[in-house]
Amino acid sequence: LHSASQSELITSTESCFRHLHSLLPDDFLNIITLDLHDDLKEMLDSNKDSLKLEAMKRIVAMIARGKNASDLFPAVVKNVACKNIEVKKLVYVYLVRYAEEQQDLALLSISTFQRGLKDPNQLIRASALRVLSSIRVTIIVPIMMLAIKEAASDMSPYVRKTAAHAIPKLYSLDPEQKDQLIEVIEKLLADKTTLVAGSVVMAFEEVCPERIDLIHKNYRKLCNLLIDVEEWGQVVIINMLTRYARTQFLNPNINGGEKAFYEKKAEAAALAKRKPYVMDPDHRLLLRNTKPLLQSRNAAVVMAVAQLYFHLAPKAEVGVIAKALVRLMRSHSEVQYVVLQNVATMTIKRRGMFEPYLKSFYIRSTDPTQIKILKLEVLTNLANETNISTILREFQTYIKSMDKDFVAATIQAIGRCATNIGEVRDTCLNGLVQLLSNRDELVVAESVVVIKKLLQMQPEQHSDIIKHMAKLTDNIQVPMARASILWLIGEYCEHVPKIAPDVLRKMAKTFTNEEDIVKLQIINLAAKLYLTNSKQTKLLTQYVLNLAKYDQNYDIRDRARFIRQLIVPTDKSGALSKYAKKLFLALKPAPVLESPFKDRDHFQLGSLSHLLNAKAGGYQELPDWPESAPDPSVRNVEVKDSVRAGGTVTLRGRALGLSEESGSGSESEESEEESESEEEEEEEEDEEEERAKKKKKVDKSKPKKPESAESDQSSGEEQKRIRKGGKDRRSGTESESEDESESESSESESESEEESESDTDIKKKKKPTPSPQVTPVNSFLSNSLVTDLEGLSLTDTVLTIAPSSSVRLYELLHRITGEGLAVEYCFSRQPFSPDPHMVAVQIQFTNNTTSEAKSLHIEEPKLQSGMRIKEFPEIEVLPAGESVNVVMGIDFCDSTQAANFQLCTHIRKFFVSIQPPVGELMTPAFLTENEFKKEQGQLMGMNEISEKLTLGEKCQSEHVIVERVTSTANLSRVPCGSDKESRFAGKTVSSGSLVLVTVTRKDGAGALLTVNCEKMVIGTMLVKDILQALTQ
Amino acid sequence: MIHSLFLINNAGDIFLEKHWKSVISRSVCDYFFEAQDKAGEPDNVSPVIRTPHHYLINIYREKIFFVSVIQTEVPPLFVIEFLHRVAEMFQDYFGECSEVAIKDNVVIVYELLEEMLDNGFPLATESNILKELIKPPTILRSMVNTITGSSNVGETLPTGQLSTIPWRRAGVKYTNNEAYFDVVEEIDAILDKSGTTVFAEIQGVIDACVKLSGMPDLTLSFMNPRLLDDVSFHPCVRFKRWESERVLSFIPPDGNFRLMSYHVNAQNLVAIPVYVRQNINFFETGSSGRVDITVGPKQTMGKTVENVIVTIHMPKVVLSANLTATQGTYTYDPVTKILVWDIGKLNQQKLPNLKGSLSLQSGAPKPEENPSLNIDLKIQQLAISGLKVNRLDMYVEKYKPFKGVKYVTKAGKFQVLTVPSHV
Repeated sequence: LHSASQSELITSTESCFRHLHSLLPDDFLNIITLDLHDDLKEMLDSNKDSLKLEAMKRIVAMIARGKNASDLFPAVVKNVACKNIEVKKLVYVYLVRYAEEQQDLALLSISTFQRGLKDPNQLIRASALRVLSSIRVTIIVPIMMLAIKEAASDMSPYVRKTAAHAIPKLYSLDPEQKDQLIEVIEKLLADKTTLVAGSVVMAFEEVCPERIDLIHKNYRKLCNLLIDVEEWGQVVIINMLTRYARTQFLNPNINGGEKAFYEKKAEAAALAKRKPYVMDPDHRLLLRNTKPLLQSRNAAVVMAVAQLYFHLAPKAEVGVIAKALVRLMRSHSEVQYVVLQNVATMTIKRRGMFEPYLKSFYIRSTDPTQIKILKLEVLTNLANETNISTILREFQTYIKSMDKDFVAATIQAIGRCATNIGEVRDTCLNGLVQLLSNRDELVVAESVVVIKKLLQMQPEQHSDIIKHMAKLTDNIQVPMARASILWLIGEYCEHVPKIAPDVLRKMAKTFTNEEDIVKLQIINLAAKLYLTNSKQTKLLTQYVLNLAKYDQNYDIRDRARFIRQLIVPTDKSGALSKYAKKLFLALKPAPVLESPFKDRDHFQLGSLSHLLNAKAGGYQELPDWPESAPDPSVRNVEVKDSVRAGGTVTLRGRALGLSEESGSGSESEESEEESESEEEEEEEEDEEEERAKKKKKVDKSKPKKPESAESDQSSGEEQKRIRKGGKDRRSGTESESEDESESESSESESESEEESESDTDIKKKKKPTPSPQVTPVNSFLSNSLVTDLEGLSLTDTVLTIAPSSSVRLYELLHRITGEGLAVEYCFSRQPFSPDPHMVAVQIQFTNNTTSEAKSLHIEEPKLQSGMRIKEFPEIEVLPAGESVNVVMGIDFCDSTQAANFQLCTHIRKFFVSIQPPVGELMTPAFLTENEFKKEQGQLMGMNEISEKLTLGEKCQSEHVIVERVTSTANLSRVPCGSDKESRFAGKTVSSGSLVLVTVTRKDGAGALLTVNCEKMVIGTMLVKDILQALTQ
Repeated sequence: MIHSLFLINNAGDIFLEKHWKSVISRSVCDYFFEAQDKAGEPDNVSPVIRTPHHYLINIYREKIFFVSVIQTEVPPLFVIEFLHRVAEMFQDYFGECSEVAIKDNVVIVYELLEEMLDNGFPLATESNILKELIKPPTILRSMVNTITGSSNVGETLPTGQLSTIPWRRAGVKYTNNEAYFDVVEEIDAILDKSGTTVFAEIQGVIDACVKLSGMPDLTLSFMNPRLLDDVSFHPCVRFKRWESERVLSFIPPDGNFRLMSYHVNAQNLVAIPVYVRQNINFFETGSSGRVDITVGPKQTMGKTVENVIVTIHMPKVVLSANLTATQGTYTYDPVTKILVWDIGKLNQQKLPNLKGSLSLQSGAPKPEENPSLNIDLKIQQLAISGLKVNRLDMYVEKYKPFKGVKYVTKAGKFQVLTVPSHV
């Protein structure tokens, strides 16, 4: 009863106190709080947990408000071992806040934490370490070090995570511990749990970001874990790996594609000696494993992936990030602000990427000004010849905005568009001149400044505009604008010989009342006129110079003195005055109007430093690509038996983690993890094996062998896991991975036949990443050693080929008939840039002889009428054993007639011919559903061919149909509201006739194929080809 | 990473501070106040402010500035995203993220902040984990606590943090197992005077409320997944399944969460549910203006359009409005110059109309800019994109849950221009 009344008393005093709080000023309140602290001390000393708790709550509330509660330290610390969890937690909060100020007293609590570190419960161990490491007291550094080391080899991953968090804390307290801490980091980097990965990379970044060598062995693991790491860890890991990749891999854009071959011959020879660029499989692994994270809900993760792609991906692949970044623009305005800054930088280098999203950057009247200005920047960067008229019309509406800062920025933007795009310069100029009669002075002033810059580019054509502007001096008051007008008139006084002196006359009258910048320009105008037209302006000039001589501003006095000496020849004036005319009326280069975001990309995108355009503390430079790639074998991992206590590793981690019960029973969890880590190691072993094989230069068909071994292991593994009691959930997971494998394998259609079903299935269960696709792309390159690597990274390793997985290869010249020279070609489905009416054909030469082949080129094309060929540039030297890729263009005139020509080396000539499948004669066309229907309606009757068919067994799903059709013909998908229909559209390359394909599925395996095309021959042949592809 | 956090209200009072490393004096906020003064509107305060020794990264939400102090390089979005997560957590815990709620629950706020960051690096940001660590306040619990002295802090230690699915706690039990999904779509559009669409797109989200026992594994499939052009997911959704089969497969968090956000393919034509006929004119003589607005349903798929509100930002010179509305009520705030016409339900037979005159400041020139209309509306039981959930399957658990899907369409940034457009 006593205690109850006491607590009642306390609550009543408290409410009383709160009441006072609202009435009294702060100073007075502090006196009272001091008194009240005695109460708190009393409460903390009592036996009742409820009292202690109440006291601690009030103390924490004080801390939160920023009030000083340090005098309570002794009373609070006593409770560090309190049984009540909430009291204990609040004591921790207090301790961490004040320990630094009361170091001696803080030491009293250390033993409690040391005890906690030995507790059997992992969560207590973790929390003890967390608080211990947060107390910033230098004396306990050795204790902390010991605790961290111990925790780093703790059984529980959660404690290890806490250890990783503690590392930067200790480092900031005592940087001398760095070496020892690096050892711990190295150890934790080897950890295989997702829980630890993010935290340890964070520690790495804070303590030793320069030790890139620590990452090698963990690189592949980090890539594979990434998708299961928590969001914040993902950001840190991705940013670190971006830097890592910049030091270890080659620039994928440096000699990619045919570009190099159009350069000077000497260079071409040098390049030919260099091996063709092949992406390191580890580089590919990183790109592939980060891509799905573009779908993350976390803006920071999306941005991290976007910057990774921007800095690391081949040009052709960077485009995928645009959509995700545009999505972020719909988020909070702060997110928009940061994203737009980064987009602005990206648009300077990679404009094409964001062009399809132009409208997403249109400005709304409700946008905050800072967002408007950034969007304007992006729109300006995106402007080009084709879209400029739309953008300018959009700008016109912005000028009517009530937000004047924004209007000024718009006028600047118009100026920039005008300088960048010659075609619209006059239009822009006219538009700006119209703005000169705007009622708002700010608008007029800004226009004047911009017009001045534009006129400098071609003044002779625009004397009427200069006249118009001369008139404005009567009305316009904004100093910057007045100064600009005066400068213009002075500079081009010869174009307006009658008006210029008059303007000077007026300005001389008002000289004393002008702003300084205007005064300077009046002096300039006077000087220039004196030099060109001294008869009329001599007196005026002298008058102005006299006024300036006695001006209050010394700059103006200086200028006047200087100019007088120069232009008015006296006995004393030296040789310089002879050159006065040259000095003043020299041709001045037109100003370059540049984006403020130019060259910002030397900062890593998404970083604080990029946003500020200045290095922030702790920023790690993004290294330049190396000239030649460092040894990739450093990333190979040896099998270690010692590290067993791992965690979930693969994508399935998410599904598997399910069976873990409560955390307190950590044992069951541990064993689960163990079995998985075993599996992981085996996986690595396989990788090893494959790598070893590669070194022995085993033939390309080799992946079969290790795979079957693998499947044995993994099926055993599978059984083990099922025994562990996963039950139906397990089967759910498996079916998932099976489905994946099916769809993936169907992507590379040629593969499914080669590999037995069961083989692929099991393998897929083991590896979450797409299967090794034995696509022709790879056999194409089989003689290139580097690509012949482990399954993980076999896909699209070659840049010069479109990312489409279904490129089919044709032989042009067999190795035997070619006497050692083998030539193969494929239709890369890339647009052929020199001539859009040509089909791009990619040709690979491989020299299998022991001597060099020289001057490979094309001669005597024999073509059907109308057909044309754009030959590839001559290959001067092809060393023995090397291969090289080139691209040539052929206009087939929309027919499947072969193109015949001779392929010549320095000694031999071979007759060859290229005959295109009908599907390669078209390029994708992007239509909307409505456009499609409309176009289809116009291609009826003779132009429509329909055929009923029965879909092949493996070809029932929509996904496969799409795969098959698009691999047969170079068409693009057209969106469609119905599930049963798939639509595709394209245009013939040569004449641009539309080709529309519809596949409608009926019940069962029945389907209807419809092709609409103006060119009936093409239509008929296409029907035949697609029919074949779908019925197989 | 994040060094300290200050919460500041609109009046410029710092009402909460929290430090994760050594203490930084609150005087650092002076730089923020300076920037705030310069910006005028809270929206215009730069999210990143540079000071001689620190960087301030801030967000503005629910009339509170969350100002964090940074000392070294860190991705700005990392901090911004985290601060928003903090605001959302307050919302989740206290039902609102306001100064009053934060002050009333200052101890819980402090405990939350303590758990969310360790040494400035995010530790636990999943609501499910935090709720196990720190129980949200309820009236009943706070009463019991004051009487018995028991605590808000969970006695059992959290399990989620240890598992690979940190978003779900173990041992969830419900007597009624239910899973509800709300498909909410917003139309962002700009229409010109003649009603032509300048720009239109649909953003959607699927919010879920899942109260299921145990560890259910759910699969949600759509009738027409191809409509979805761009998607982003809660971390629980398996990317691979989506990529290959276009289904959402996930182990749900317990309670309310946003399952996915999506953007509907821009190539599909967006149905515009209302049309607006409007005339807003200003006259040079007599300093007056005229307003005549009619709103009617357009492509509504047979559903009723509700909660229609028209908002117009008038030019500064408009002093007052004298209008008559045939339906609903209108207000004109002469200080903010905002005209709001709350129409309510749209009636096909009798189209609502707002008509009358505006009086302008005498002597002032006729305003040059043309105000634009912002439209708000709501349509129940309709996802305007046509997106339809096909089915929801549950694996692992044996019981039969109640399932439900609700569709709502709203106006997002829906703007009608009063000038003819150029497109």
